[in-house]
Amino acid sequence: MIKLVQTLLSSISVGSLYALIALGYTMVYGTLKFINFAHASIFMLGAWFSAIIAAALLANGVTGIPAIVLSILIVMVICTTLGFVIERLAYRPLRDAPRLNVLITAIGVALLIENVAALNDVKIPGTQTTIHGFGTQPGKMPELLANADLFSIPLGSGTVVVDKVDALILGLSICLMIVLEFIIYNTRLGAAMRAASHDARTAALMGIPVDRTISITFIIGTSLAAAAGFLYVMKYPSINPPVAVTWGLLGLKAFVAAVVGGIGNVRGAVVGGLLIGILEQAGAAYLSPHFRDVYVFALLIFVLLVRPTGIFGSTAVEKV
Amino acid sequence: MVALLRGFYPYAIAILIAFVMYKVMPVGAEKIDLGILQINSFFTKVTGAIGIAIIMAVSLNIVNGYTGQFSLGHAGFMAIGAYTSAWITHYGSIHFFGNANAMEGLFTKGSALFVASLLAAGLVSALFGYLVGLPSLRLRGDYLAIVTLGFGEILRALLNQTQPVLDEFDIEEATRGEIFTGLGGALGFSGVPKYSNLFWVWSVAIITVIICYRLKQSIHGKAFLSIRENEIAAEAMGVPTTHYKVAAFAIAAFFAGVGGALFAHTLGNIVSPNEMNYQRSIDFVIMVVLGGMGSISGSVIAAVALTILPESLREFSEYRMIVYAILLIVFMIVRPDGIFGIREFWEVKWIRRLFRRTPKETHAP
Amino acid sequence: MSAAVRRITVAAAMVAGLAVATMAAHAADDTIKIGHYASKTGPEATFGQSSDKGVKMAIDEANNAGGVLGKKLELITYDTQGKSAEASNAVTRLINNDHVVALLGEVASSLSLAGGEIAQANGIPMITHASTNPKVTQGRDMVFRVCFIDPFQGYAVAKFATDNLKAKKIAILYDQGQAYSVGLRKDFSKAVKQLGGTITTEQSYTGGDQDFSAQLTTIREGQPDAIFIPGYYTDVGNIALQVRKLGITVPLLGTDGWDSAKLKEIAGDALKDCYYSNHYTPEDPRPELQAFIKKFKELHNGETPDAMAVLAYDGANVLLDAMKRANTTEPKALAKAIGETKGFKGVTGTITLDENRNAKKPAVILQMKDGEWRYAASIAPPADEK
Repeated sequence: MIKLVQTLLSSISVGSLYALIALGYTMVYGTLKFINFAHASIFMLGAWFSAIIAAALLANGVTGIPAIVLSILIVMVICTTLGFVIERLAYRPLRDAPRLNVLITAIGVALLIENVAALNDVKIPGTQTTIHGFGTQPGKMPELLANADLFSIPLGSGTVVVDKVDALILGLSICLMIVLEFIIYNTRLGAAMRAASHDARTAALMGIPVDRTISITFIIGTSLAAAAGFLYVMKYPSINPPVAVTWGLLGLKAFVAAVVGGIGNVRGAVVGGLLIGILEQAGAAYLSPHFRDVYVFALLIFVLLVRPTGIFGSTAVEKV
Repeated sequence: MVALLRGFYPYAIAILIAFVMYKVMPVGAEKIDLGILQINSFFTKVTGAIGIAIIMAVSLNIVNGYTGQFSLGHAGFMAIGAYTSAWITHYGSIHFFGNANAMEGLFTKGSALFVASLLAAGLVSALFGYLVGLPSLRLRGDYLAIVTLGFGEILRALLNQTQPVLDEFDIEEATRGEIFTGLGGALGFSGVPKYSNLFWVWSVAIITVIICYRLKQSIHGKAFLSIRENEIAAEAMGVPTTHYKVAAFAIAAFFAGVGGALFAHTLGNIVSPNEMNYQRSIDFVIMVVLGGMGSISGSVIAAVALTILPESLREFSEYRMIVYAILLIVFMIVRPDGIFGIREFWEVKWIRRLFRRTPKETHAP
Repeated sequence: MSAAVRRITVAAAMVAGLAVATMAAHAADDTIKIGHYASKTGPEATFGQSSDKGVKMAIDEANNAGGVLGKKLELITYDTQGKSAEASNAVTRLINNDHVVALLGEVASSLSLAGGEIAQANGIPMITHASTNPKVTQGRDMVFRVCFIDPFQGYAVAKFATDNLKAKKIAILYDQGQAYSVGLRKDFSKAVKQLGGTITTEQSYTGGDQDFSAQLTTIREGQPDAIFIPGYYTDVGNIALQVRKLGITVPLLGTDGWDSAKLKEIAGDALKDCYYSNHYTPEDPRPELQAFIKKFKELHNGETPDAMAVLAYDGANVLLDAMKRANTTEPKALAKAIGETKGFKGVTGTITLDENRNAKKPAVILQMKDGEWRYAASIAPPADEK
């Protein structure tokens, strides 16, 4: 019983992380129609920058809630800027190119980010300047929340522990999702985003600045990935090196969440994320922890074969 | 499709070239002194690695280049081939010869087993290729990339959980199930008898290139290309697109499986699930994309260059992937079809000009 | 023969020619070349970087003393990135392209296994300084080591746990992707059973995993007195944090894969009163060792050498000593001389190689106390080792 409740709790916390990342995938896919492989790399950067910024804040005497708020904001700003640059330099020139080319570019961008981040110390020839990358060693997120347990509920023979970090993940994810929902369905910008995603050419004819709308969509997606990166290292303070396979896999699983929920659909991404979280955690707890990835990818193949548009997706008509 | 295999001379020549390479290239402490250049057995090793890279890149070109699908699971097929053949030669050698040591010489009883394992590796891999190709009936482009990626990752997770490899002493009291799943788990399949050498690698590599080139020129090749250019139009013209998409996967998987089998039997290579993850698949994709999607000679040249470069630039290994990444992005923006596009290198205008027999007429001033 | 086939043949021949032509070769000269392969980058980078410092020190000292056999020594080091495929490439290149007379290297057993296979096939002697898996030297008469092996290391930790910590029930969490970890798990559980303890459960993970809660929950259910984690420091830090988060307070036991300053940095307080077995401790007062530490600190900004650096120094010196005794660099004779190493005064202790080309040395157990690793006990090899 305790195991069940505890598994459910961790499912929700892991699931909301997946949902946050999946939102970025689904928004970019909705408008640009390609899998943004670089999204996982942005998430990785968010994680690493969080650690560095949090350490710097702690060194300057900022602790507790202000440190959390400040570091998450700074990380979101950094990653958003990067996302903007990526979109401008790599993706915009390919707006009319075949989708496969954009996909390959996205893989290129992902490789570039990972490997630049993995550099140790690079001396720029002829100068004294050195650029410090994150290196190939695992990193460490300093503790921003002391005393990790929020509360514990006695249940049967033991107690169920609710972590402060898990509560933070859930709370912040819900806040971000509500903000996103509001933007998309209740603002002019959101209407433009929906229009561009539905039919970019017609939207342009209607006077919607499609390029700018796409950029903004992209930026919102990356900022969510950055937030997810911050929450992720709060939960798992030992950070894998940038080139580790783990990052790519996490991103892929989040993409699976987006597909399961119905790609291009914001609510679908949230449901898909939670579903993946439950599947992975329950599978790890009750079947075997070694097949985490297998459960997720098996679900993906199942969904694609049975209902390729996902749970909330609508069938798109193939245009000739 | 059988017509692709007709003829005797091309294959005889392929085998002859491979045989000459096997005889000429030095092994162990031998070396060839060419004055400025000393060829030693490290060259031999790299040449073998190039052969395998050519097999992988050229076969991936069938799916990613000709047919315009996007597979990110080529390393998975390589792994299937490697494991299938390693299982056959390892346990086969114990069964037939009493131990799992490779025999000396080019043609031995062990070579027969090795060739059989190559074929089996290709066939098993093709079967998986067929199964993975099936979803491509319903999916296109980037979804397919994710499915093939998922396939590779599922395979990796499953292989990680297999049982330890059994040697000739363990095998006596082992059950069938233990022998069947004795693939080494996450540690990798150790003790594969090292039967492969330049002869086998390059025979297969050149034959792969011949078959893929003929495939491209044949009516089937045109069908593949039509799917790549416009699937709906192709279907309207009566091309059975589903049939061809699945066939492309199966053929590519066959060669990838054989390539994996050769890889497994080469001295110094480790057959382990984590060595064949999706980053290796991406390596092959880079070769195909840079060489030109649909260009066989492009894939060959890219495979050669991208295998040699990291070896000769070992000191800059940190920057290798950065350079690849930048190349990918720049190519996609500036020259989306790769170096040669769909053409072979002798079909490219500026290269033709280089080899023109009669000098170009020049006008007197 | 069709035109197309002819073109392909020509292309293949060109490709082959290109393959041969693009690589430069080194010419032989009058130095003795020694190859070293180490993971200078990659996840276990501190292993390779420390080893590199140790080997360099030994070679530099020998060169300052006038070289060996009247020749200067030249050290060629290649990075393995912690990948076995890269390790085998590096070793092939060292042997066939650079013509080294002997090889030093690798810390991780799986990489030494890969490199050793090639060293053996080419008949070049290799000394690994820190690979403890027994398979590394098994059946390979060209591969030697200057450290203890895992059956002993497993025994040492088991002995310490049962005798000193009075732990009767022990759980194991091992990395199923590392030969080192898989081997230690077997040796440890065998030793624990011999010493009268029980193993509550054996759980596994794969290097780079981030979430261990499923395994740790199972471990917690068995209520062990201690948890044995024979992994590398890269994962152990993460595991230690999650162990404490789940409210498990028992000590964690580790092996020499923990030996990196990074571990302390990542896990911090989570490692309080945890133990691991190692090859040496800087607290050991022997003058050779203290002199080495002093010199090392002078060279590297006051950094205390970790076990990998000290062992690498010893490994290189055993090789140089063998060269002097053999009075040649011919591989067979050199290998024979290495195998005959007896009572060599290394900085990690006296090194004598047995008939299986392994060194027999005591292990020290270190304990995390007040934020530092402190000497806790020394475990001598059992007298009747089979």
